[in-house]
Amino acid sequence: MPTRRGFLGRIWLALGGVALVEYAWLSFEFLRPPRESTAVLPIVNAGPLEAFDAGSVTAFPDGKYYLVRLEDGGFLALSRTCTHLGCTVPWVEEEGRFLCPCHASAFDLRGVVSNPPAPRPLDTHPVRIENGIVKVDLGRTVRRESFDRDQVTYA
Amino acid sequence: MLDHLVLHLRPVRVPTRTLPFTHTFGLGGMSAVLILLLILSGVLLMFVYEPSPERAYGSILRLRDEVRFGGFVRGIHHWSANLLVIVVFLHLLRTFFTGAFHGARQFNWVIGVLLLLGVVASNFTGYLLPWDQLSYWAITIVTGMLGYVPLLGEWLQRTARAGTEIGASTLILFYTLHTTVLPVLLVAFMAFHFWRVRKVRGVVVPYAFGETPEEKPATTLFVPDLLVREFAVSLILTAAVLVTALLFTAGLGAPANPGMSPNPAKAPWYFLGVQELLLHFHPLFAVVLVPLAGIVALLAIPYLKYESAIAGPWFLTARGLYTARTAALVALVATVLWVLLDEFVLDFGRWLPWLPGQVSEGLIPVMIGIALLAGLLEWLKRSTGATKNELVQAAFTAVTTAFMVLTVTGIWFRGQGMALTWPWSI
Repeated sequence: MPTRRGFLGRIWLALGGVALVEYAWLSFEFLRPPRESTAVLPIVNAGPLEAFDAGSVTAFPDGKYYLVRLEDGGFLALSRTCTHLGCTVPWVEEEGRFLCPCHASAFDLRGVVSNPPAPRPLDTHPVRIENGIVKVDLGRTVRRESFDRDQVTYA
Repeated sequence: MLDHLVLHLRPVRVPTRTLPFTHTFGLGGMSAVLILLLILSGVLLMFVYEPSPERAYGSILRLRDEVRFGGFVRGIHHWSANLLVIVVFLHLLRTFFTGAFHGARQFNWVIGVLLLLGVVASNFTGYLLPWDQLSYWAITIVTGMLGYVPLLGEWLQRTARAGTEIGASTLILFYTLHTTVLPVLLVAFMAFHFWRVRKVRGVVVPYAFGETPEEKPATTLFVPDLLVREFAVSLILTAAVLVTALLFTAGLGAPANPGMSPNPAKAPWYFLGVQELLLHFHPLFAVVLVPLAGIVALLAIPYLKYESAIAGPWFLTARGLYTARTAALVALVATVLWVLLDEFVLDFGRWLPWLPGQVSEGLIPVMIGIALLAGLLEWLKRSTGATKNELVQAAFTAVTTAFMVLTVTGIWFRGQGMALTWPWSI
């Protein structure tokens, strides 16, 4: 037979549950990584147009990217993070490709996968050319499933 | 008087047949001793270690070079941690093979699995703290794997890393989990785990194959018979850890360099089985479905409908021993063969290019594996008339053996570019 005591007891239990949920929600919000301010990742000047030969790859360790100038003169800014598990991919000049030391994924000049296990091409950062200076927008990272001419920036 | 203190925690009498070391190998007790060593050494380390990317590596150097017994204490912590993963795994095997998961022991198995996950999580969070090349890239790899979880992947990865990249936020997240949250949870669950063992009056009582288990097995006094044995095992284990720490240092690589990934870059050794899976299956299966299925299967073991609650003897019956041994052998040979085949011959992705990767390199090979396991079990059932208890045991043995082969491959047979290499050439 339901009693007043039992009823009140259940209310206490429910309130305890609410308190627990509140604590869990507060903790979760507290621990969430703060929004990464874009001021930390600005648009950088890579250098003047003439500084980059066609078919060259220039590493920018500070920005964690490579500036690639294709044979036809177009620019691509490639992220140095391997799309497999996140290792840093070096450009191997002698082999003419990016070769990841972790699991042997390989990418060609355009960042397209030439050897698995990487599942997709290297991410890119948008490139702008203003007044003969090549600029890279590190605040934006573009994922792509394949190479497209639209991804290349021409002077 | 000490007797009375001890008897607050332990029973007055224990079944005589559970005394021999070879019944449980004292693995549960060893786990508790190792956790105690980890807490004692860990607390000391906390007085010196600094959880920030700029100061972490230097604080480990100070431990080694300036703090008296610094290297020794770190060594105790390092070797206890690695030994603990092995010991709890062996404890799981013992519990399983003696059938100690039926009836009132069902839920304690679940608590045990949670403890196992807690131990692995503790080991993993601790791995990052030295902030050397090994730490940084191992955590990059494992959190990178999280990115392959469908829908939630990116969120999981960012939450685990406390950001998009591994940095200061990641380090302090791991540090707090490692030194506070996980130890508290582990100790709480350990207490629960021990209490559940007391509730069922101790460990399962063994008997010879074919013998009828006694209703009321003969008992002996805990003090001194079992107490002395437990004390001896604890002391020998502690001595072994201390000597190992004296002879072998914990090791420290070059300071973490986000600009340079080492070749090869490997996850901590207890995750290399999963990393090996990644080399053979599509990430959806290797990282998400197969490990998840493994954990679900592990948790389900006590709750499958068995014909009997047989427990006590290792491998349950003579037939159980035979089927388990056969399953282990078959799994050993099959897994080694398959690793070699997959490395040099098989390429489902290329043979079936019209199918998406998840199917050609995921679903199809996994289905083949499941079919082979089902075939093995069916053959064992027909040729021996094995019971469900024995068949589940055989399946467990096969899967565990396969996973151990993959782990061994990942540790000792993967070299530059994760290519298959002889161990001496790595």
